[in-house]
Amino acid sequence: MSQEIKLSTPFQEEDVLKLRTGDKVLLSGRIYAARDAAHKRLLQDLDQGMEAPFNLQGAVLYYVGPTPAPPGRVIGSAGPTTSSRMDAYTPRMHVLGIKATIGKGRRSEEVRRVLREQKAVYLGATGGAGALLSRCITGSRVLAYQDLDTEAIRELEVQDFPLLVVNDAYGGELYATARL
Amino acid sequence: MRSIDVREVTGQVARMVVEANIGLPRDVFAALRKARENEDNPSGREILGQLLENARLAREMNLPLCQDTGLAVFFVEMGQECRLRGDLYQAINDGVSQGYAQGYLRKSVCNPLSRKNTGDNTPASIHLDLVPGDRLKIRFMPKGGGSENMSGLAMLTPSHGLEGVKEFVLQRVAVAGPNPCPPGIIGIGIGGSFDQAPLLAKKALFRSLDDIHQDQEVRDLEAELFESVNSLGIGPMGMGGKTPCLGLKIETAPCHIASLPVAVNIQCHAARHKEVSL
Repeated sequence: MSQEIKLSTPFQEEDVLKLRTGDKVLLSGRIYAARDAAHKRLLQDLDQGMEAPFNLQGAVLYYVGPTPAPPGRVIGSAGPTTSSRMDAYTPRMHVLGIKATIGKGRRSEEVRRVLREQKAVYLGATGGAGALLSRCITGSRVLAYQDLDTEAIRELEVQDFPLLVVNDAYGGELYATARL
Repeated sequence: MRSIDVREVTGQVARMVVEANIGLPRDVFAALRKARENEDNPSGREILGQLLENARLAREMNLPLCQDTGLAVFFVEMGQECRLRGDLYQAINDGVSQGYAQGYLRKSVCNPLSRKNTGDNTPASIHLDLVPGDRLKIRFMPKGGGSENMSGLAMLTPSHGLEGVKEFVLQRVAVAGPNPCPPGIIGIGIGGSFDQAPLLAKKALFRSLDDIHQDQEVRDLEAELFESVNSLGIGPMGMGGKTPCLGLKIETAPCHIASLPVAVNIQCHAARHKEVSL
């Protein structure tokens, strides 16, 4: 039976292990916004021996490129982008300590295997619900790669951010057509 | 001859890019509401509820419906008896630049090689058609990258026939699965040439969901494919269920006797568009 679980970041291994595909998660705490360009640059920087702009251990990544914050708001529209574009980088991110990623759409076979090996999860947010999801974001600041604008790495403060467990650490798969 | 100052175009474009990104068209909202009523899958129903709530909140908060405020796509019909004072392409791009800045919209356009962002969401993709009359009609759609990436073109040949066309459409929608934010709209272009078929598919996405195609044969094919796509069981955001798309529209054009191009352009549920006639 799927359940509704409240979780806070950073994740411990036991947080991940209690999640099953289909569970609803209300996430609070700090998460890190990074999409295509930020992943590429972050891994290049790490290769050069530079330090990551945030602690990767137990961290949760959110694949998002928000719209600019209008006056009086901390962030603009901020829904998930398609996760599969990050598949090339994700296995390494999990090996580095990332415990969960948030996005939309399916992941590659390799990512799903790494989730089992590294005991991590992939969480889905509702795509195209950017205005709705922005209400759960209470803080936002750019941590790195300001020049990438919407693709910069941001630290986001979230409160009861609504998610579904798509791929758990046990090989579970939520999408009806995942194997097509 | 009627004369239009392109500065008027810039002003209208700046206004419509913002409005389109915030307000979900009425036909799409109605289709989402109907989908929620008909959906049996509880997760699917909940997601459709979130999308309806999102549309309401976007208007209330004056925020874009989706953070992907798109590549700016324009279809412009210019009357042959209309004379423009100024550069139309520049005027549209100026409107995009102004609207995306003033409306706090995301700038999602970059150089394909260096990946450097152009900074103001230009250049727009502008398709210009010359038509009879003296009006200037501008239709705008902010096209999101996620659904665009799931689109495709097949250069089929006559032996593939209509069956091949149907197979390709179903295969594209199935492979796309949860990625393009279903339930969306499927635009299909059949015929023409390598360059025309995708353009027909994109044009099809501009049709209102309740629009009925004039050609009975096309109408029948739309109904049949809509049914088949529904039976894939993708459901809202790929959660399973009977709502994989809100509409399926086909446009056709004559093609070479050796060819049968077919293009599928997928549109997410945030099917935003605006139109203005000057």
